Amino acid sequence: MTDSALSARRPRRWIAVVRGLYARPSSAIGASLVSLFVVLAVFGPLMTPYGPIEQTFTQRSRPPSLHHYFGTDHLGRDVFSRVVAGDRDIFLLAGSGTLVAVVVGTLAGLLATYRGAWVEEITYRFFDSVLAVPALLLALLLLGSLGPSRTSVLAVIAVAYTPIVARVVRSVVLDTKTKEYVLAARMQGESLAFILGREVLPSVLPALAVESALRFSYAIFLVASLGFLGVGVQPPNPDWGLMVSEARDFVYLTPWTLVFPALGISLLVVGVNLLADGLKRVLQVEVSA
Amino acid sequence: MSGGVPLLAFESVSVAYRRGRRWSRAVRGFDLRIGAGVTYGLVGESGSGKSTLALALLQVLPPNGRVVDGRILFRGEDLSGWSRDRLRNEFYRQVAMVPQDPLPSLNPAHRIGRQIEEVLDPRGMPTGPASEVRRRALGMLEAVGMADPERVARAYPHQLSGGMQQRVLIAMALAGEPALLVLDEPTTNLDVTTEATILDLVRGLVADRDTAVLYVSHSLGVVAELCDRVAVLYAGELVEDAPTADLYRQPRHPYTQGLFDSVPRLGTTRRAVALRPIPGRIPLPQDLPPGCVFEPRCPIAVDACSRARPELEPAGEGWARCIRWRDIVDGSADPHQPAPPARTPAGGGDVPVALDVSGLRKRFPLRRSLLEVLRGAPQRAVRAVEDVSLTVRQGRTLGLVGESGSGKSTTARAILGLDPPSAGTVTLAGQVVAATLAGRSPEAIRRLQMVFQSADEALNPYRTVGAALRRPFRRLAGLSREEAEVRVARLLEDVQLTPAYAARRPAELSGGEKQRVAVARAFAAEPEVLVFDESVSGLDVSVQAAILNLVGDLQEERGTGYLFISHDLAVVSFLADYVTVVYLGHVMEAGPAGRVLSPPYHPYTEALLSAIPLLDPGAERSHIRLEGEVPSPVDVPSGCPFHTRCPRFLGEVCVSEEPPWRQTEEGHGVYCHIPLDELRATQAPAFRFAAAEGPAGGRGDDVADAAPAGAGDQGDGDG
Repeated sequence: MTDSALSARRPRRWIAVVRGLYARPSSAIGASLVSLFVVLAVFGPLMTPYGPIEQTFTQRSRPPSLHHYFGTDHLGRDVFSRVVAGDRDIFLLAGSGTLVAVVVGTLAGLLATYRGAWVEEITYRFFDSVLAVPALLLALLLLGSLGPSRTSVLAVIAVAYTPIVARVVRSVVLDTKTKEYVLAARMQGESLAFILGREVLPSVLPALAVESALRFSYAIFLVASLGFLGVGVQPPNPDWGLMVSEARDFVYLTPWTLVFPALGISLLVVGVNLLADGLKRVLQVEVSA
Repeated sequence: MSGGVPLLAFESVSVAYRRGRRWSRAVRGFDLRIGAGVTYGLVGESGSGKSTLALALLQVLPPNGRVVDGRILFRGEDLSGWSRDRLRNEFYRQVAMVPQDPLPSLNPAHRIGRQIEEVLDPRGMPTGPASEVRRRALGMLEAVGMADPERVARAYPHQLSGGMQQRVLIAMALAGEPALLVLDEPTTNLDVTTEATILDLVRGLVADRDTAVLYVSHSLGVVAELCDRVAVLYAGELVEDAPTADLYRQPRHPYTQGLFDSVPRLGTTRRAVALRPIPGRIPLPQDLPPGCVFEPRCPIAVDACSRARPELEPAGEGWARCIRWRDIVDGSADPHQPAPPARTPAGGGDVPVALDVSGLRKRFPLRRSLLEVLRGAPQRAVRAVEDVSLTVRQGRTLGLVGESGSGKSTTARAILGLDPPSAGTVTLAGQVVAATLAGRSPEAIRRLQMVFQSADEALNPYRTVGAALRRPFRRLAGLSREEAEVRVARLLEDVQLTPAYAARRPAELSGGEKQRVAVARAFAAEPEVLVFDESVSGLDVSVQAAILNLVGDLQEERGTGYLFISHDLAVVSFLADYVTVVYLGHVMEAGPAGRVLSPPYHPYTEALLSAIPLLDPGAERSHIRLEGEVPSPVDVPSGCPFHTRCPRFLGEVCVSEEPPWRQTEEGHGVYCHIPLDELRATQAPAFRFAAAEGPAGGRGDDVADAAPAGAGDQGDGDG
């Protein structure tokens, strides 16, 4: 019985998950929306005729047309190109911030919870104290001291969400670490890394996948909020929140400059949330089957 | 039963559950009539549909379940037509139920007394201490054997032990003076000693009140103790129904026979008699065989069996659903499963010691409050294990027996290093090993392995069987990947699975298959000593029998020493060569199995043996019941820890002085203040079977009749 025989018998797990997602309308919509934004982020530069900060003075404040799908803003920049570039930006920023939070939170959660006793106590009291500060306040505080930059925004996301991820991990590990198969692994003299990585981590993954998706959607929100408030990504970068903020003044003259980035934010957040919800259902079924 | 309308009747009842869009029938064409005052046992393994029937009777099937066929009649009236109100006002006043797990049935926010009063007077206002209702509630508690009804009435449910909670539920059930009492495995989660008192209680109460009882259980022994008639259920069909004595003397269905042959009887040992498990597994309701449901597993199936479903035929004083029941009765068909090959009995003499544990102690310190620390209150601890010493010999089995809370599992975990002991030494093959797992060399870890309790939890649901089995070869035996693959395949065959199982995940395995894999994993490291912690307790008897045989065979082949922990004395006596009895973390008695299970024994062992339900309604036995509850391990009684419950309590000496070790023949001894000769003189064997006593059984020729050799029979005659 080799691994190839194994995979021949059972469809790959992720294929089963994708199938499960498309079996329900809501999660199918979520998955499709997210895929759309991913495709835009990856292939954006190939599809956009203008650069995100490229100005055409003759084409200022033009409504949507075949030349400018989403119109242009008061500086003559193509809104479609900016929205697409902003999509790429937000994936990079919110995505890498979430990734850092998930990786650090998972590692800390696994180690501290499995070890238990005072290690767990200290780790989680520290995380609790971070969680006691509201996320936006924490962000303003950090950005105030680090100065507004992309790196700072990334750091904000990582710091704000690591404790939340760690708590989710803890809730699963607390249950798993007393399971007899974990004791059996200890009885085989397995190393800590093996026990955490191969025996405990798999049971954390479903909850972690769902939580990561949720954290990602909140991270998008956070990046947009910070941009809107002017403390996050700085002009002239094509950040969605920043674009909405700038477009406020022209809402009656050029509503399209406000509508499209706002639509981008809400569709992506809704999409990611639907996907997270769908993942939760699919992965639960997977485990119980 | 004859004449008049029975109290309760099932008329070819079928119950179906919906899964997705399909309905599958979990119970098909079930017939049963219970007259007033009759105690009826309903026996079956998991998946037989016995709980479904209890739920259908009480009209509380889950939303996806429905009675799709037939009628359930109560005093001749079809219950399906009754409205909720009518059910509440008429049916539920006359029918009461005691479930397996008592705690969810009790309201955690109300005191016990109030909950009983509510049953007695559902519309009543809260009452004062002197009221009539309160008086009756206390009377009920007294009737179910509560020594201090006032205290119990004031207690909240969580403050009572499982056995006491179950008594409270029985009190509540009987408070309404029901005509029918449904008991759904009410003693399954309880210790044997508690089970015995609950069974006594039910028997007494029912006899006084002329209440009919439907007793649902997986245990043939419990049913034999209590019931007038027994119905045996298999895969949703009634296969046999007969008066208890009849059924146990002459089963008329091969499945019933198979069940009997699967249960180890107290006093039989594997050296003498092999169990005969039923091969295969119970079919799921969605893929039933076309003919008789038992045909694929039946030793006497003929062609006709696979063609049509047999009807329930009158057989003797009961019923049997088998076209060959007459052949079974007249002896022309042998309903026994084929006997596994005979095994060589263990030779006598001194066998080298594989594992020696001495003076093992494990305390879990309790947290002190800040106030206690400031006051300088002493540090208190749960004394799970106080002083346990034991020896496991190569190729032999030591059974470790005791009730829950006696420290059995803590002992195992301490020996294995999972929870390092507070004191004591563990010596493996002549070398003292470190207390913690981390401190042990891979070699020491390899030598001492464990098979865990729960088949469902012992395997990682995310990893394949092959991945789980490969690790010990790779890690503890240092084999290459290819070598490990070969060994995994061989190992799977050793536990009677096929190499194809390596690719499967635990979710695709049955309970018995999972436990085989767990056994295989423990053997993969080729340990010298293997610890089994209640490893067969959760399995159905027919599956348990197969695992017990397997475990016995593997020991013969490999010469591994076993430490076999179980609360089930019959299983231990079947498998073990030596037995150690523990109570509250102290050894009470130890020695060769045959000696421990026959007089003279420790009063605690005597009580345990007396409490075991026997598979023989006619058996004569001593009747010893333990009073009260197991004391808290935080305050272990002084002197002899058993003195608070001992039926042979002597007086002051038992309270103040630790009992001496009184040794009989080589290796057998008890910790007791009563001299051995006195014990010997006053103790009868705890049980004597109705069947004639023979020498160690006919080497598995005929398990049903070859009964139960005397308890002391293990190659060496009684002293």
